[in-house]
Amino acid sequence: MSLLDVVTYPDPRLTQKAIAVAQFDDELRAFVRDLEATMRGGPPSVGIAAPQVGRSLRIAIVDVSVKPNIAHHGRLVLINPEILHAEGSVVGREGCLSVPDYTGNVMRAGRVEVTALDEYGSEMIYAFEGFEARAVQHEIDHLNGLLFLDRLVSRRNDLFRRKVYK
Amino acid sequence: MQQWFMLTVVGKDQPGIVARVTTRLFDGGCNLGEASMARLGGNFTIMLMAQYDGSIDALRRLLAPDVAALNLHLHIDGIDGHLHAHVVPDTRISVFGADRAGIVAQVTTALAGAGFNVLDLESDVAGTERQPIYVMHIEGCAARGVDALEQALEKVRREGVEVRLVPIDTMIG
Ligand SMILES: [Zn+2]
Repeated sequence: MSLLDVVTYPDPRLTQKAIAVAQFDDELRAFVRDLEATMRGGPPSVGIAAPQVGRSLRIAIVDVSVKPNIAHHGRLVLINPEILHAEGSVVGREGCLSVPDYTGNVMRAGRVEVTALDEYGSEMIYAFEGFEARAVQHEIDHLNGLLFLDRLVSRRNDLFRRKVYK
Repeated sequence: MQQWFMLTVVGKDQPGIVARVTTRLFDGGCNLGEASMARLGGNFTIMLMAQYDGSIDALRRLLAPDVAALNLHLHIDGIDGHLHAHVVPDTRISVFGADRAGIVAQVTTALAGAGFNVLDLESDVAGTERQPIYVMHIEGCAARGVDALEQALEKVRREGVEVRLVPIDTMIG
């Protein structure tokens, strides 16, 4: 197992659409282990996607279980994930391993239903909400060559106000 | 090693101030850092970090034509500047109520007493002249936790000011 180098913006590998995984073999699982080790071994983060280590593959790992008092599915390996359904919109703060020293407000769906394969090729369907849904959407964006910088909303407050009153 | 300066520019708001000032600084060899512009009571205000090889006087001379043409006030300080040193806030506080003297002082004193470090603050007086409403948003770090803040703010709330605390859970991924 080894830690991989995280590529940072403006590396062009972060803005490319990643390629679907076709082979679910030991090599894939070794890469997933390295990707997870990279996520856990670096600055605190709850997700990582293959393009962030320079690999154009539709693989993301999410684990928000470190956050107290939220709904979550534990450690998730999401391969070739697709969002089947999204609803609601919530503004929240995001940062990214590939964009050091910046956090900003991003609008995301509050709930998403996602289908993905695990590292053995089994199809899974998940219903995510809140913080975990945000993390999953952020990582799927990486697979489509998007960064949270592409989705920043104003620092001004009206969006927060609306959220508080809802 | 280039020195960092903090430039504060204030004046009557008019289109094109930022473009004109920043172009002058760029053409004069400045490297711009972080900046914050706000329109306060119809006045233009901006603070911006600039890295420059010369002196404060040289910087002042560089901007003199624009300061004169746009009737601006310019203040320059040499600073110990650092980029890449953002602190991530963990709590957002919204305050609103009928405007009266002392709200900012009351709220911020209560927060400071509970270990809160303000990173960002903006406030507006809304409503009408007859019935002004005060609205303030603060972001910062609750060094002693949210419960300590809630307790400290109880007194302020009893005096009729709405104060809401929202945790900021930054998702890094
Ligand atoms: Zn990211």
